[in-house]
Amino acid sequence: MEDLKENKTNTAAGDEVVIHLEHLKKSFGEKDVLTDINMNLKKGENLVILGRSGEGKSVTIKCIVGLLNQDAGKCEVLGKEVNELSSDELKDMRQRVGFLFQSSALYDSMTVRENLAFPLTRVLNLKDDNEIEERVQEMLENVGLEEAIDKMPAELSGGMRKRIGLARTLILKPEIMLYDEPTTGLDPITSREISELILHMQKKYKISSIVITHDMACAKITADRVMIMNKGEFIAEGQYEELEQAEDELVSSFFK
Amino acid sequence: MAQTIPRIKNSWLAEVGNQALFIGDFLGNLFRRRFEWNELIRQCYMIGYKSIMLTAITGFVLGFVITVQSAPTMKAFGAQSYIPNMVIISIVREIGPVIIALTCAGKIASSIGAELASMKVTEQIDAMEVSGANPVQYLVVTRILSCIVMVPLLTLLADAVALFGGFFGSNIVGHMSFTLYFNKSFDVLVFTDLIPATIKTIFFGFAIGFVGCYKGYNATNGTEGVGVAANMAVVNASLWVIVLDAIAAQITNMFAYN
Repeated sequence: MEDLKENKTNTAAGDEVVIHLEHLKKSFGEKDVLTDINMNLKKGENLVILGRSGEGKSVTIKCIVGLLNQDAGKCEVLGKEVNELSSDELKDMRQRVGFLFQSSALYDSMTVRENLAFPLTRVLNLKDDNEIEERVQEMLENVGLEEAIDKMPAELSGGMRKRIGLARTLILKPEIMLYDEPTTGLDPITSREISELILHMQKKYKISSIVITHDMACAKITADRVMIMNKGEFIAEGQYEELEQAEDELVSSFFK
Repeated sequence: MAQTIPRIKNSWLAEVGNQALFIGDFLGNLFRRRFEWNELIRQCYMIGYKSIMLTAITGFVLGFVITVQSAPTMKAFGAQSYIPNMVIISIVREIGPVIIALTCAGKIASSIGAELASMKVTEQIDAMEVSGANPVQYLVVTRILSCIVMVPLLTLLADAVALFGGFFGSNIVGHMSFTLYFNKSFDVLVFTDLIPATIKTIFFGFAIGFVGCYKGYNATNGTEGVGVAANMAVVNASLWVIVLDAIAAQITNMFAYN
């Protein structure tokens, strides 16, 4: 844990804001999911968002990558308003912003090798098989799963799927990573391994990250800063240790 | 905002609009620079090759049943020798394309609908989209094109096998040599029978691929949505085939047989 804390200090955030959300609102029918979201993610920072299920955490990051359109407010990523991007600009932006889904979302008709090669051939338009193979091998080595290269997703455990999902996302070398509950459904040991991997990757590739989680161990390991969401808005913000001592009942309930 | 496929909500008119947008997106991606040849070939194999046995058996049974069922009536009019003529015309013009298209609607549209719906609810399509890849080009264009290519070929195969079924049937209800049966069949068959029938199967193929992809791509509500998408794909594709056949019959009558 001491090593991890040292790592976190080494990756201290700069002042440059890479994601800026201002008065973001989103409703589904009659239900207001996001009521007033205000948030900045600084370059090199690991921001953890905590909140109960159904509070709009996943909706927030889906707005950031343009999978959902906000109803009102600003959603700026790398200095550009996502809602105003053209099709090509959106594609470029998505290349720079990685998204790890809760379910890992591996393409289940493809092997691990094909899963990792898919974004290289379709997004980066790489054609050299040797180069593709080299990058796939390198990324699998980073997540410690070189032996799984010819396996199908159905043959992988939950933790392995998360690692492969992370490898597939990181293979495009994104500047920002969005993690949607990266440790949900995993045992404590694997959860810790994934959390450490997130921190390791952030350090190695100097990535800015938003981590959505319910897992306090994951939050403690990965967070430079924590924000707590309730009823579609953020109600608290600070370092993990500060919020752990908070007197507010709702905030402190996350740390019990 | 550049969502891959925009959606309009609520009302049947909106559903028509969404289907039109989906077709527009398919056409727009058809001529993009990077074409997914490997995936197209894989889909042709999955959709076409793996349906060969089903369509061949269906074709054989069709030819056999039409022959056996019509033989008593034809015999009553002393027209038993015209059975091959009747079988080939009815199979090639109408029964072959429609029955094979309905069979394909059951097998292919449901499998496409279920596969894409499963990818949708497990966020695989979203994952493709957020990585900057183009899921419509990879998943939709290849499947619809495969159907457009393979459904006509499967129909032609079924037509050919139906001839053997008819020959088999005619030798159960009577006796006719192989050579005579085929000579009589091809005596009456002309290009105006074959070409319009084949052209309409191209549209059947499009309808089957499109409906399967549309229902799968827009699936919601988790695993329940997968079942619904597969079911709706079969129902709607079958309906499209019937309606397109009625339109094709009118157009063919206007141009081919006048």
